[in-house]
Amino acid sequence: MNKRRPYVRPMAGWWRKNPFFVEYMIHEGTAFFVAAYAGILLTGLVRLSQGEAAWKMWLASLQNPLYIAFHWLALAAISYHTYTWFKIMPRTMPPVVVGGKRLPDFAITGGGLAVAAAASLALLALVWGMAR
Amino acid sequence: MKPGLKRSNAPIFWALFGAGGMLSALFGPMLVLITGLAIPLGFLLPPDTMSYANMLAFAQNLIGKGFIFAIISLFLWHAAHRIFHSLHDIGIHAGLLAKLVCYGSAMLGTLIAAYALLAIGF
Repeated sequence: MNKRRPYVRPMAGWWRKNPFFVEYMIHEGTAFFVAAYAGILLTGLVRLSQGEAAWKMWLASLQNPLYIAFHWLALAAISYHTYTWFKIMPRTMPPVVVGGKRLPDFAITGGGLAVAAAASLALLALVWGMAR
Repeated sequence: MKPGLKRSNAPIFWALFGAGGMLSALFGPMLVLITGLAIPLGFLLPPDTMSYANMLAFAQNLIGKGFIFAIISLFLWHAAHRIFHSLHDIGIHAGLLAKLVCYGSAMLGTLIAAYALLAIGF
């Protein structure tokens, strides 16, 4: 008569109970913003290949407040991706030995963030230079 | 390698994930700021920075082409790999179907980007 009802430990939202996994889910979640942004760029590239009118329509659509809001969120999410990418880099790359001593974690993370900042500024300067 | 042992394809996906992760870490925030905020809202850069003539010239240039292709395709491969490996954590079975959807959409995006870049010409 009785249906068997074995206890199944509920797993829904398990990661919300531990700050470590909350952070983990957030930094993995940045992938959605990377994917969506790539999708927007891909749409723009296709519109560019279709001619001037199509390109102008795509460019105008970016002024939609929804797109603006998305890009603010994407800026925050992808910046956070940059931070975590270099934060976990000491564990994702082989140990670097300089002068017989292992390069400390903060040097790898700090070096990576410095390179990212330089790359961003170089990109901005390059775009600025090409536009003028 | 022993005969009959299949070589894993994981390193290929991991390399694409790593390359896309590095590229998006280095240029992602500034690209979003330029294309998604500065140009539409009209600050930081000259208003005609992304005019049709400018962008067409950029996309016809070999280096520009390579940059556009690398950014779009590697961003997609990075995200596909990361989302695929997070599916299990949110209770979705990461089976063959999930793999096809994740990596398949990255492949599709890569092909569309390549086609559009070729259509734009040199």
